[in-house]
Amino acid sequence: MNHSKWNVKLKIIWNYFLACLIAIIVMIPFLWMLSTSLKSKGALMQIPIEWIPQNPTLDSYRMVFSRFPFLRAILNSFFITCSYTVVTILSASMAAFAFTKIQFPYGDTVFKLYLASMMIPTQVTMIPLFVIMNNLGLINTYPSVILPSLFRAFAVFMLVQQMRGIPNDYIEAAELDGAGLFRIYRTVVLPLSGSAIATLTITTFMESWNDYLWPLLMLNDKNRMTLTLALNSLNGQYGTEYNILMAGSLLSMIPIVVIYALAQKYFKEGLMAGGVKG
Amino acid sequence: MSKKRQKRALKNAIPFMLPSFLGMIVFSFLPIIISIAISFTNWNGLDKLSYKTLASNFVFLDNYKQILGTSEFWKVLGHTCYYIVLYIPMVLIMSLLIASILNKNMKGITVFRIMYYIPVLTSWVAASLIWKWVLSPQYGILNQLLGYIGISGPGWLTDKVWAMPAIVLASVWKDMGFYGLFLLSGLKAIDTGYYEAAIVDGAGKMKQFFSITLPLLSPSMFFCIIMALINAFQLFPQVQIMTEGGPNGATQVMVERIYTYGFKYFKMGYASAYSWLLFVIIFILTLIQMKLQNKWVHYES
Repeated sequence: MNHSKWNVKLKIIWNYFLACLIAIIVMIPFLWMLSTSLKSKGALMQIPIEWIPQNPTLDSYRMVFSRFPFLRAILNSFFITCSYTVVTILSASMAAFAFTKIQFPYGDTVFKLYLASMMIPTQVTMIPLFVIMNNLGLINTYPSVILPSLFRAFAVFMLVQQMRGIPNDYIEAAELDGAGLFRIYRTVVLPLSGSAIATLTITTFMESWNDYLWPLLMLNDKNRMTLTLALNSLNGQYGTEYNILMAGSLLSMIPIVVIYALAQKYFKEGLMAGGVKG
Repeated sequence: MSKKRQKRALKNAIPFMLPSFLGMIVFSFLPIIISIAISFTNWNGLDKLSYKTLASNFVFLDNYKQILGTSEFWKVLGHTCYYIVLYIPMVLIMSLLIASILNKNMKGITVFRIMYYIPVLTSWVAASLIWKWVLSPQYGILNQLLGYIGISGPGWLTDKVWAMPAIVLASVWKDMGFYGLFLLSGLKAIDTGYYEAAIVDGAGKMKQFFSITLPLLSPSMFFCIIMALINAFQLFPQVQIMTEGGPNGATQVMVERIYTYGFKYFKMGYASAYSWLLFVIIFILTLIQMKLQNKWVHYES
């Protein structure tokens, strides 16, 4: 009996050991980022390496803001990401409502086209889309990054699956009460799709916040750049001043990590729904 | 349904469909058609795009022939394969480990789960910058740590041989939490009754793992592998920021080539043809994935 008790204890210790080992592997680059961001330029190239900065300073954080319109980039990122997410949800939920609750002619065909479009990787449409945006004179404007959210096939697909589960009786009952379609959409269907919409909101927010390639093609004016582009541009200008780069990287991560900690559940559901990855 | 009712349904649907449908036409349908057209031409991206410019630069399949005929394309595919061969086993082992750790009922497991997921939340731009600094030959911590155990580390991103493994390392670190959490839900779906029966039969831990866990988890693992393969062919931000395809072209990959040809050399036709070759590869992988997904969903029910 005593023997097996020890066995159980050893097993728990072993499990914690493994869990901590992986945590160390995951966290070391982040701790290195934090440590570097608190160093002065001179301390960067110290050999042997200073694991913990001997003279910690917040200068790098000050320099991020003085050498680049970084505050502007933060605001741009928030504006673009929020608009992108709201447009995605509105457009996709309206389409999903029409597909599932209004039996309109050729609806199934259109839906199949939507599904087929998911097969085309974004790299294929990127060049013509660049040309279209250029011809519309939208390069270096916020709409060039926000407008593509009008059509997000995956979001429509996910919401169609959710809305199919809403009984048609509810719709008919509301219709008998004299509610118009927009009222049914707003007061019956949207609330009943709450969890799917929450999941979609969070995954879309994360994707848009971290997006790189499309904004890179669209925005090259410093004052319009999102955070990822700001970091990219800092990297181009101050490629060796890692204290500044690490301070900027750390700042860019904070909002997403906070949202994750608050809404873990929806991240998990997003993961299951179809592999939305950053 | 009567004609009149159909007409009314269409009229009702139009306001709801309009934003999304217009979006599809402008941001998906038209670009796809234009992309095919451009891929048959030598259009340089600077003249205004019109039927006339495209027709006068028409070369039909020359771009495709040229790409498939140069050694560069095969070299680029080779780099992707090198990435895949290193990345898939590493990410699978790490994510299985993460899934099995998170599947235990330990105190404080939520904290570990949040930690393991932070790299997934980080943008590739930030993650690439962090790793560029971690991998710095002289001042980075990786070579410092290797130095403690008596290994003198390579130049990583500046070394032809080690640049791709370095990118793999960063990618495994970034993605393992994602696949780990995905596999975790697969583990949670396994009926504990199987394990209880196995214990009664006297099967050891190893036997349980190989005869229960692995076979029952294999559908999710295949799904992960296909997902990882599709992502591998679309490798871009980490390469663009960490090496820009270098040193000496050792980390050039498909999307990096498309970006470079299209937006640095303005060879739009060539780049578009490249992107359609990418589509063919991803299309095949997606078909396999859909086949497996059906099987996978069926399995659970």
